[in-house]
Amino acid sequence: MNRHLLSMHDLSAEDVTRVLDTAESFREVGTRVIKKVPALRGRTVVNLFYENSTRTRISFELAAKRLSADVINFTTSGSSVSKGESLKDTALTLQAMGADAVVIRHGSSGAPHQLTTWVRGHVLNAGDGTHEHPTQALLDLYTMREKLGRLDGLRVAIVGDVLHSRVARSLSFGLVTMGAEVTLVGPPTLIPLEAPTWGVQVDYDIEAVLPKLDVCYMLRVQTERQRLEYFPSVREYSRLFGLTSRRVAQLPEHALVMHPGPMNRGVEIDSDVADLPRSTIEDQVTNGIATRMALLYLLLGASDGGAP
Amino acid sequence: MSEHLLIKGGRVVDPVSGRDEVADVVVIDGRIDAVGPGSAGPQAEVIEAGGLVVAPGLVDLHAHLREPGFEHKETVESGCRAAAVGGFTAVAAMANTEPVTDHAAIVHEVRDLAVVAGLCEVFPVGAITKGLQGESLAELGEMVEAGVRVFSDDGNCVPTARMLRNALTYARAFPVEVVIADHAEEASLVDGGQMHEGVHSAALGLRGRPAEAEEIAVARDLAIAGMTGGRLHLCHLSSARSVELVRRAKADGVRVTAEVTPHHLALTDDALVTYDTNLKVHPPIRTSEDRQALREGVADGTIDVIATDHAPHAVEEKEAEFDRSPPGTIGFETALAVVLTELVHTGALGLSQMIEAMSRAPARILGAADHGGPIEQGRPANLVIFDPDAEWLVEPPFASKARNSAFMGARLRGRVTHTLLWGRLTVADGKATA
Amino acid sequence: MSGKVMDAADIRRALTRIAHEILERDRGSEGVAIVGIANRGDDLARRLARQLHEIEGVEVPVGVLDITFYRDDIGLTSEAPLVHETRIPFDVTGETVVLVDDVLFTGRTIRAAMDALMDLGRPRRIQLAVLVDRGHRELPIRADYVGKNVPTSRADQVRVSIEEVDGEDAVVVEGAR
Repeated sequence: MNRHLLSMHDLSAEDVTRVLDTAESFREVGTRVIKKVPALRGRTVVNLFYENSTRTRISFELAAKRLSADVINFTTSGSSVSKGESLKDTALTLQAMGADAVVIRHGSSGAPHQLTTWVRGHVLNAGDGTHEHPTQALLDLYTMREKLGRLDGLRVAIVGDVLHSRVARSLSFGLVTMGAEVTLVGPPTLIPLEAPTWGVQVDYDIEAVLPKLDVCYMLRVQTERQRLEYFPSVREYSRLFGLTSRRVAQLPEHALVMHPGPMNRGVEIDSDVADLPRSTIEDQVTNGIATRMALLYLLLGASDGGAP
Repeated sequence: MSEHLLIKGGRVVDPVSGRDEVADVVVIDGRIDAVGPGSAGPQAEVIEAGGLVVAPGLVDLHAHLREPGFEHKETVESGCRAAAVGGFTAVAAMANTEPVTDHAAIVHEVRDLAVVAGLCEVFPVGAITKGLQGESLAELGEMVEAGVRVFSDDGNCVPTARMLRNALTYARAFPVEVVIADHAEEASLVDGGQMHEGVHSAALGLRGRPAEAEEIAVARDLAIAGMTGGRLHLCHLSSARSVELVRRAKADGVRVTAEVTPHHLALTDDALVTYDTNLKVHPPIRTSEDRQALREGVADGTIDVIATDHAPHAVEEKEAEFDRSPPGTIGFETALAVVLTELVHTGALGLSQMIEAMSRAPARILGAADHGGPIEQGRPANLVIFDPDAEWLVEPPFASKARNSAFMGARLRGRVTHTLLWGRLTVADGKATA
Repeated sequence: MSGKVMDAADIRRALTRIAHEILERDRGSEGVAIVGIANRGDDLARRLARQLHEIEGVEVPVGVLDITFYRDDIGLTSEAPLVHETRIPFDVTGETVVLVDDVLFTGRTIRAAMDALMDLGRPRRIQLAVLVDRGHRELPIRADYVGKNVPTSRADQVRVSIEEVDGEDAVVVEGAR
């Protein structure tokens, strides 16, 4: 495996399988009374979060702690990351602290790549700008494989603002690597022109796509003003692309409804749909910790003299 | 010190006179005294130029010297030193200084700073509009009187067709040829864009600057140049269709010249997968099809000039997140080597064509009469001597204050050994003399 | 020693004997649980449990323990060590846990297994059953039940094949060149 996890393109199909299989073992650890193993004892994992994300940060924190690693949190809310200090200077400080791994979430695409030039430790991308969010994709792949038994040949729709979604990119890349059939659905203004080069299909009619799906993955649609240059109103978006109860009925019975959270209830997904048992939103928390433990283990469990 | 130089046994390449042969060049008191197998006399300082090329000093039609106002990035002096190391004897300095070069006082200031430094001749470019705001014409006449021949709001595209029309029309008032040079990129399409819009920008999660933005502005500018009979120059073209538009416009008699940078001739957008901010430039580096069309454009003369768009930034400014990093790459010290490596040594461009694009043509557009050749008796000795085959690695230290080179770490073939400014060595053995 | 040191019959007899020894020492099978150390310890453990069932007629709880996360060499190999399944469907607290592994060598695997087991509960006692003891201990660990003592040199490779996994039962020592 690669030294860093910056993009789903860093992982081959064998690597993804290895991550998911390892995550299963960590899921089992999560059922024990002592949910901790000594595998990464003495290592230091730093959470460098430039964007507020309690959910992801806690997931990584728990993952590292359950591996017996020491955790340091650098977050904007704690004002540890001051606005004035450059990413480079922060990186050099972390280096001096002996960080074995840095988990970074940042608002700028490419920040994790740049970080690798300044720190010696392993870098894990916890979400960078509109680029990628590989750990989210991996935990979603885990959930899909667990519930549906396979990934190869799975028919998955990713619905919403693909253009600005790092989750959509990572998930598309990962699903294609694993042999799934991916269709992107949303307003044409929110789907990159070049998306077909990712090996995916594009469709603007959600109802044409629903009956043939194994997984319907709903992206969060931001409704701030800047987004309204791409679609006229929240109302029209929901009408054309929202997952309503009526539309859910068009899904095959076995199909999963997934959402990376946090949800805009009433915009991309109706409230009662979100609360259906077929929605896997709760599992994703447990699976998230297990997947992140697997990644930390696989990256830090290899000697630094290993292949790049 | 003797002002008597003999450049011995070099291959003299001079597009103006059509010369391309091994010959000696004798320089006395700042001027070329003789070219050919002549004797120079016992006091002559000899430069052994066997295996080297002797050409008119390079002229850069597009560079940013950052002074006044941004001296932390570069000064006129450090910029001129870097230019000399790159083989340039004349450089056009763009107007986006602070204060903006939109009146004669700044023109004089910049020119005087260069004279004091004594490393390169600087031709300040005047702003088209006051403060580069795009709203009202700057006092072009005052600046023409101060010697300016090229005007540009570079950094910004002239925002409205109407303003460009006024500028091109007004510039016809003067008895000398005044050139309006536009950074052609339609603003609303590139707003927030970081790199070429294409397959790579989509995968990298970076907002794009589509080629169409340039093509729309180029088409607009060409139409207005045609309509007004004005004299247009298009800065740093980057897209294949732009080249085609210029080709057709020239065939139609539009008075336009075009320019391309070494980095657009050498690089493609797939190189940005590492998010290296040194590759972040406006207009962006595009695809291999675009690069090929740009090379063909230089070869067939559609693109008249290769200019560096030397854009220095402070180290900490470039060592920032990609979207927060200012665009630009330095270019003086690598320009000749990149063009040799990527175009001349590959057979895409002849050596004489290269000198034409990097010396004679830009000198003529700038009105830099003392530069660009010919290399013949009586002419000012503004020359460059280079080894076309010397291999070297691009790495600091640079003569420029800045280090943001798109070619950092690259292995290039071709290097300047000497630069002469009015017969005085500003660069000897590849290093600045002062 | 070099070559095949145990064949299918040897292995069968060894497991039978170990089963008897366990019953003798632990005074029957009450309170006894068998835990195989993944990978090959898993199948050996199940066979041992079947043996105990055949002899005493009682079902003894069986589990498999993966010790990868407790290894002392994480971060020292070019790839992180491969992880296997842990499945222990009973509480180890209060039990006599017999750990089962194929080869006892340096003792590090057993040390890791004990630490893993202790995190799962508080066994009354832990005993160790191995098919082969090849010597060269690096930690103060000893087996309670041994199928065969096989003297080896440090550089030798001991290969245990198990029918369920490898198609045949055999223990082979390959000498270092």
